[in-house]
Order: sequence, then structure tokens, then C-alpha cells
Amino acid sequence: MNKEGSSSREIVLPGDLLDSGKLKAGAGTYVQEGKVYAAQLGIMSVKSNFVNVIPLGGRYIPAPGDSVIGKVIDIGPSNWLIDINSPYPAPLHVNEVPWRVDFGDTARFMNVGDTLLAKVLMVDETMRVQVTMKEQGLRKLQGGQVMEISYSKVPRVIGKGGSMIQMIKNMTNTRIFVGQNGRIWLDGEIENIVFAIRAIKMIEENAHTSRLTERIKEYLDSVSKPGQAETSG
Amino acid sequence: MGGNSNVKLIDDNGIRIDGRKVDQLRDLKIEAGVLKRADGSAYVELGKNKVLAAVYGPRECHPRHMQNPAKAIVQCKYNMIAFSVGDRKRPGPDRRSVEISKIISEALEYVVFTENFPRTSIDVYIEVLQANAGTRCAGLTAASVALADAGIPMKDLVPSVAVGKVNDQVVLDLQKEEDNYGQADVPIAMIPRTGEVLLLQMDGHLTRAEFGRAMELAQPALMQIYAAQKDALTRRYALEPSDDPEDQATSEPQEG
Amino acid sequence: MARSIMSEIKKDHIHKLLAKGKRVDGRAWDEFRPISIQTNFSETAEGSARVKLGNTDVLVGVKMSIGTPFEDTPNKGVLSTNAELIPLASPTFESGPPDENSVELARVVDRGIRESQMVDLEAMCIEPKKEVWMIFTDIYVLDYDGNLFDAAFLGAMAALRSTIVPAKLHEKGEDYALPIRHFPISVTAVQIENSILVDPTLDEEKVAAARLTVTTDENGDLRAMQKGGQGALTMEQIYKVIETSQRLGADLRNTIG
Repeated sequence: MNKEGSSSREIVLPGDLLDSGKLKAGAGTYVQEGKVYAAQLGIMSVKSNFVNVIPLGGRYIPAPGDSVIGKVIDIGPSNWLIDINSPYPAPLHVNEVPWRVDFGDTARFMNVGDTLLAKVLMVDETMRVQVTMKEQGLRKLQGGQVMEISYSKVPRVIGKGGSMIQMIKNMTNTRIFVGQNGRIWLDGEIENIVFAIRAIKMIEENAHTSRLTERIKEYLDSVSKPGQAETSG
Repeated sequence: MGGNSNVKLIDDNGIRIDGRKVDQLRDLKIEAGVLKRADGSAYVELGKNKVLAAVYGPRECHPRHMQNPAKAIVQCKYNMIAFSVGDRKRPGPDRRSVEISKIISEALEYVVFTENFPRTSIDVYIEVLQANAGTRCAGLTAASVALADAGIPMKDLVPSVAVGKVNDQVVLDLQKEEDNYGQADVPIAMIPRTGEVLLLQMDGHLTRAEFGRAMELAQPALMQIYAAQKDALTRRYALEPSDDPEDQATSEPQEG
Repeated sequence: MARSIMSEIKKDHIHKLLAKGKRVDGRAWDEFRPISIQTNFSETAEGSARVKLGNTDVLVGVKMSIGTPFEDTPNKGVLSTNAELIPLASPTFESGPPDENSVELARVVDRGIRESQMVDLEAMCIEPKKEVWMIFTDIYVLDYDGNLFDAAFLGAMAALRSTIVPAKLHEKGEDYALPIRHFPISVTAVQIENSILVDPTLDEEKVAAARLTVTTDENGDLRAMQKGGQGALTMEQIYKVIETSQRLGADLRNTIG
């Protein structure tokens, strides 16, 4: 299918022709005989002379600098193995945590099933990933609830300039951290957490429908109690 | 292949036992995203065939010794459920399923950009819920949609169809009786835009000219199936027009 | 496997909600998820049903053929149940022969069918010691979100109740509906921190200490029971599940009809 010159917000499918010569191949595309084709199911977007496909699905692929929410799935004497909701689990070495951990003492700090806030340190060509907790704000997470959405919906949940996620936080009085890997941690009073989760699920299910921001606001209005305007987090 | 030309499968007007013409595909229905747990899925009905396909991946490769440090491996398992056929089939893979799994894995490995995901496995499961000849073609058709539904980067969707020969005539898309009593069966899968053939088998007896005729019948059918594959995905992900400025949010997120 | 390790936070969240008498999806402790049953899904099976219980999706088919009876029951048809947790249903299901979970599922469903005597096996005898009808029930899980026991049992029930004996094909006269005498229903509950929750989702199953399936007939009598999981149940909890199974079983029978 030829999608040349189409306005965005049209779904493109693998094999669709996006451009025959003027634009450069961006993310989610491939080139064959000088023409650019879509490689993934997604939305076509043209920016600075590049034609890209913004994927609508697929697994999260880690990139250095990404903030992620991980889950400990294995422990060794000098590292933990972290599941970051990606095809690639990431080792976290004792040198990359804010605590002083003796050899063999790793389980005392974090155990299998623990949740943490981390950053992707590096990714090599064979997709070996390393994460770190050594930055400001990175830590083990406790309490609250964790949920997962498709990583491709993360920008929509955050919103332009963070406006969508801020609205949810304010109106439900919860702390929310959205990992680039599609995992979200929420904290606050339990009923408020349940409302915030519902709002985020609504965004995920209706990410590209019209009036989404309005509808989320309507839902949050309907469940928030008076005097809930205190912001935090 | 029965090869029995005595069974009359096409009447004198060129109409087949199920009312179709020689170049007519059976009724086709494709749905994308039909399962919740799988990363991608699709359901295909082709005539009386009912086939479900699901994709998990890319994910850690098991068994580990099969890992490829440079790319993902595509592992497809084709299976027919016990009550998919008239005489109950004992559960478990048989040699036919193993062969079909292999050739479908190979076809899919060609279209998927496996270099993007070293050391992983992309697992494709095809379950034939009801069989009426042409299940490997319906299966590959479904698997291709399931891969796209899973967001896996690939060159194109891959339609697949079988052509055959009954009563000395080359016909499109054999159904069960035609397959049982017919004289040749040629399943084929191709990328329509480039003409690259990713799956091809043949059994029976065809002259070179008959094979050429079979390919002539296959082409428009493959285009028809390809259109149905695209339509299934487009319907699943239908976007509404939006004037909400929030929708301009791109893939450059700020931290929440 | 990464995906089967549940985060402590998720477990705690379930417990906190439970302390307030709530469940993650907002259901009451004795409420089933939405159920849909579609019979005659398959043209190649003699009877079939596809059941959706929330996001759990199960397909069941019944095939019949003629065979020789078992030596100790020379005048009874043969009933056989098989279940497959096929890999497309969950990232945690692997290819291969049935594992202990598939086997337990098949045997528990089979027990409910057999002990309730819902199929008149003596009527399935064609010639004693020589020829009887063999009834094969095959259960396939297509999508896994908890409570396979009840989804599979409902599927098996619906499939058997819609089965047509293929007498004509085997030259034993005209086709007829499989004679069904009873209407068993299974209800499964889990115990989490001493709360009983009916129709567990996958996450609730993962957190549960123990599971109990109780299968009753239309008179409210018990036909099969199965306790699973590595935790314990008190007698009081067991009676609670029995009473709930009788009550919900009656409701389900009315809905299914």
C-alpha cells in the first residue's frame, strides 16, 4: 500500500511504501531500491526530513539513559538479575547500587520479587544490557502498586509536557512514576490508586481516540472526592 | 493425493462440488488481536478451516543452546487439535506437523528483521482448530498477521494459498475432497510486491505448463488474501481523527 | 521464568485490598467473571463448546468412535478426558506432552463428568464385551487468566450436552443426541490470607495458599472435589466453598439452561 504524502494518524503496515525519494529512512522503516517502506505496524510520522513509524505495539527495547522500573528475578553473590519487561534481562552489579554490599550479601538488600527504579547504563551490539541505581532518585520501591502497559503507550500516558500524568496525579492525589519500559508504579491511598490505575488503563485502551483528555478528566472528576486538590509527588 | 480421476469433482460447466469456479478462493475471514496473553495473535477462517496463530517474542531463547548471538531465531510450531479432523487425531506432534513447522519457520525467518533482536527467540504457535485442506497456508497467513500484531519488524505480510489439479484441471484452493481425490497439490507463499517465494511444496503430477497455470491462478488469490490480512490489522488498530493537541505527543517522552 | 515471578508489591496490593473486602477487579468474593458459552464451534467434532470466563478462553471438543469396552465394564461405553495447556495460551506454557497441571485438570474434569453419571454409559453399549461407543473429550486452553477448572468444566458440560452420536456414519442407525442425565457444575475458590475468593484470576491464583474445586449436581449433592496448592484449608473454609458451590451452581444452571 502506498502511503506517500499521507497526513499522519494513518495506520501503516509492514511493507507499505512511505516515500520514494525525498525523505530519509527513520525508525521503524527499511529501504529497498531507494524507496522507504514501513517495517512495523504503527503511525507514520515525518520530522526533519525523516520518515518514521511510531510503533503501536511490540516489546520494549532498552536504550541507554532510559528510566525503567525493574523486578528482581534472580540473585548472585555480586549481582542481581533484573527483568525490565524486555526480551533482555539486565544484570545489576553491586558496584552500581547506592549501598555497600559485601560479596554474597546481595539478598539482604534486594530479593527476588522486589521492585526498583533504575536507569539503563549501557546496551551493546548483542543487546547485552546493564542497569544502574547509582543516580539521584533511583531506589528500591515499596508499597503501592505496579502495573504494566504497552511501552508504545507511554508517551500518551505522560502527555505533552507531562500534562496527562500530572492531571491524574493531582486528581487522585497519588505519586506515579512511569518507566520508559511500560511499567508504572503508583503510591497513595489504596482507593485512589485504584482510580489512577483505571484512568491509565482507559488511556491505554483508547490511546488514539478523540477527546481522550476530556474523557479522562470526566472520569477523574466523577471519582474524586472534595478536598482532594492537595498535590504531592 | 488420491490421483483418482474417476471421482468427478468438477462438472461440465466448470463448477466444483462446493459451487466454486476453478479460480475462486473459499470464503475468507481474518481477525487480528484475538487473544489477551499472547504478544500478537490472529484467527483465520478459510472455507471450513479454522486456524488460530499466536506470537510470543522476541523473548529469551529457550533452549539456550539454540541462541544466535547475531539475530533472533523464529521457532514455529504447527499443530492440529484432536477434534480438528473427522477421525480424532491423537494429541502430540506427528512427522507431518514437524515438517510443516519447519517450512513455516523458514518462511517467516526471511521476512522478520531478526538482526534487530540478537540472542532471542520469536515463538509462533499455529493451532488448527478445524481442518479442511490448506491448513498450512491458512496457518502461515495467520502467523504473518500475528507477527505484525505483535509489533515485530518485518518486510511485509506473507499471504499463502494452495493450488492443485483435479479431473485434469488446475484449480485454486483445494478443499478436503479435492485434496483427497485430486492429482496435485501446490502450497505457495509469496511477498506480493516483490514476487519472492518463501514457501513452496508440490506433490502429485503436473506438467510444466500446468505448473505455470497454477502460478497464474495463485497470483490474484495471494493479492486477495494479502488485502484481507491488511484489512484485519487496520480494523484492529483503527484510529479516530483527533483535534486533541495531546495527540501530538511523540515518542520523545519526558519522565512522569 | 521472569514472567512467572510476581512482584512483592503486586502481592501486597492484593492483600491490602482484601483487608478491605475488595478484589483487584472490583468483584465480590463470590462473584464469577462474565461467562460466555458458544456451542457447536466445530463441525468436525460431534459436540463442542468455546467458553470465555473473564479473559480465560477454553475450547472443548467431543469425538466419538466405536471400540472395545474395558474388561471390568463389558457393557459400558468408554469415557476419556484429555487437557492441553497449549503454549499459545500463556508465556508460561511449554510445548510437549501434558505436564502435571494438564493431567490434574483433565482428571478433575473427568471425575465431575464420570461421578455425576451425566452420560448414561450403559446406553452407550452396542454389543456387550464387543462394541461400545468411545467418548473422547479434549480440552484446549487458548488464553490463560486463571480458573481453568471451571472454564474447562463448563466447556466439557456444554460440549457433551450438544453432542450428537454419529450413529449413521458408523452404520448403527440414525444419529441421536447423546443421552445426558445430570447437570453437574464445578465452582472453584482460592484461599488468600483466610479469605475465600471464587473464580480466581491468574494473579489471585499466584498469591493463593490453596485452591478448592467442588462439583455439585442439580440436587446440590457432591460429585467431585479437589484441593490444590501447597497451603492448608480449615474445615470451616471447606464448608463455605461447598455451600457457595451449591448456591452458585444452581445460579449457573439457571443461566445456562
